[in-house]
Formats: sequence, structure tokens, C-alpha cells
Amino acid sequence: MDTFITLIQIAVGAALINNFVLHYFVGICPFLGVSRRLGTAFGMGCAVTFVISVAAVLSWTFTYYILRPGAPLPQWVWQTLGGSSATTVDLSVLSYIMYIFVIAASVQFVEMYVRRFFPPLYKSFGVFLPLITTNCAILFACLEIMKHLQDPTKLWGLHEALTLAVFGGVGFTIAISMMAAIREELEMCDVPRPLRGAGIGLITAGIMAMAFMGFTGVDKGIENTLNLLMK
Amino acid sequence: MLGMCPTLAVTGGMKPAMTMAAATAFVLISANIMISLIRGLLRPHLRILVFTLTIATFVTIADRLLAAYLYQMSKELGPYVPLIIVNCLIISRCEICASKQGVVTAASDAVGMSLGFALALASLATVREVLGTGTWFGLAVLPQSWPNWGIMVLPPGAFLTLGLLLGLAEWVGQKRRSGV
Repeated sequence: MDTFITLIQIAVGAALINNFVLHYFVGICPFLGVSRRLGTAFGMGCAVTFVISVAAVLSWTFTYYILRPGAPLPQWVWQTLGGSSATTVDLSVLSYIMYIFVIAASVQFVEMYVRRFFPPLYKSFGVFLPLITTNCAILFACLEIMKHLQDPTKLWGLHEALTLAVFGGVGFTIAISMMAAIREELEMCDVPRPLRGAGIGLITAGIMAMAFMGFTGVDKGIENTLNLLMK
Repeated sequence: MLGMCPTLAVTGGMKPAMTMAAATAFVLISANIMISLIRGLLRPHLRILVFTLTIATFVTIADRLLAAYLYQMSKELGPYVPLIIVNCLIISRCEICASKQGVVTAASDAVGMSLGFALALASLATVREVLGTGTWFGLAVLPQSWPNWGIMVLPPGAFLTLGLLLGLAEWVGQKRRSGV
């Protein structure tokens, strides 16, 4: 049951409290660039969520077995080559290069798969897929997962990593869809001329970020409620 | 409007902003020189991958250097140092300038770009730090009685400040154009 509560906390934390866009400022480029129409914004959100999940599973696997300090695979190689078992092999210096590879590869892979098996879906969000490679939200998710695999006493499992990624993506979708909905309305408004375009977009984002600050502490509340219900 | 993530994330104070500007400048200059040196070997369909890998290598170096010499600052900047890899500013300079020009042109372009980036970060960080904590580079500039605008150093302040600064720049530009 504890696992369940941890997962809910990670999910709420990633989607609402520490929203990727409004709290960590990752994924700002598409957030401002692709938020003119609600439909396209939602499509972009779904594409990001999809890629982020694939990349998270891959990067968790690589980090857990190869990159983290004392990971099984390099440790085994080191000992087979005659190294002492007291040494901890740490390949985490390679992690950034590895993640970039993983992200580029998974975007390619997802693109090919979707084009082959879901042509209508490909038509609707195929254009966004190449853009996603340089989306910081995905690298950020990989880095967060890596952070939780550094300390050997409390390692994250695959389920925790996947929850973070999926709900991070959901949080991104929520933010970009809200932004697009507000912007559609803003087109009817008389915005002061110097602020038109990016200026008013950023101010809107600022007000949204203030609203999202109100979620602080919700995870604690959910934990308490669930604990009460369990009793 | 390129390289937004770090612009917003690290400008809560002058110190992190300037460290970030220095790290970005290091990566941008080294990557530009490197790409310019190997530009004859690039193949069109693989070039973006080569760019990102070169940048990732230099970011790893910058990250290790920061962790070795400025440990506290490296903790504070957290994930934003590795996120330099996906800073669109660097990739676009590699693509537009370094892959077509000689070493000297590419290097000077990178220096100019990094100065511009540092200036942008500095203006944002100045507004946020002075209004948010009444200090600048950690030195008090406003009287003790100044009520700190806590919101300015929190995420919403970043969005608001950048939005208003862009508006201000646009307003000045329009004034100048209509004056001429």
C-alpha cells in the first residue's frame, strides 16, 4: 500500500505541484510556440507524453544497469577483467551523451512506428515529432530519474520512473492546453500593442504559475487522507 | 526568443545567472570551434546528431568543472547545467554559422552570442533580485525597509518579468521607429 501512496505522490507532484512548465520552466519553447490553437496544443501534449514515457523506460533501464554508481553490468565487466571487487565502477559521467542518444533514437523509433501503424495519428502529430528531440522536458525527466538512481539505499523502480514521466507529460498537456484556450480568447481582446505576441503570453503564463502555486501541499493532504481511509 | 528554459530558471539572482552565462559561453564557444573544424566531414542527415553529441561532451566537461570548483553553485543550478545541451541557441548557432564558416568567424560569432545571452540574463536577474530580495550580487542596494517581493524570485516572477521586459523593449522600438 505504501508503494501506491508513493506513486500517487509522485504523480500529483509531477503533474500539478511541480509542473514541468510552470515550476521547472522546461518545455517553454513549444509551450509558447505551439499554443495558438487548442487542437494542435493538445496534440503536442499527447506527443510529448508519449515520447517522454518511452524515453523514461529506456533511460531508466540504461541508468539502472549501466550508468549508475555500482551498476551491475560494468561491475561485472570490471571484475571479469580482474579488477578488485571493492571498487565501485561509476559511469555516470557518460549519462548526458547516453540520454541524448536515447532521446534521439526513441523519437525516431516512435515516428517510424506511428507512421507505419497509425497513419491518421501520424498525420495529426507527425509534424511535432522532430521538434520534440530538442524539447528540454524529456531530457529533464531523464535527469530526474537519474537523480533518484544515485543513492544505492533508495533506488527508484521502473514503476516510479514511469509514473513520473507519464504524469510529467500529463502536466505538460494540462498547461499547454490551458494556455492555448486562454490564447484563443485573447485574440478577441484589445491587448496593448507592445505586449502582443510573446509578451502577453509570458504574463499569462506567470499568472497561471501563481495559480499552480496553490497546489503546494496537496500531496501531503492526499497522503493523510489515504492513510485515514486505510485505517 | 531562443534558449528560454535557463533564461527563466536561473535568473532568481545575479550569481547563478552569471555562472550559467559563463557555462553556456564555454559550451557555445568550444562547440562552435569544434564544429567549424570538422565541418568538411559532416554529412547532411547526421549533422544534428553530431551537433548534439559535441555539445553534450562539452556540457559534461563544464558540469564536472563546476562540480569540482563551485560545488555549492553546481548544486543550486541542479538540472539546468545539463539542460544546456538542448538550449536551442547553441544548436542554431552550430547550424547557421559554425557548419559553414571558418574557425575565426565561428569563434567570434560564438563570443558575440554569449555576450548577448549574458546581457539578457543579467537584465532579467537584476530586476528579479533587486525587487525580490533588495540585493544585487548579494550586496544590499535597497533600504532595509524594502518589503521583499517574494513572488519575484519564485517561478511566476520569472514569467512576469520577462513578459514585461519584452513589452518594454518592443515599446521603445516602436517609439524609435515612429520618431524616425
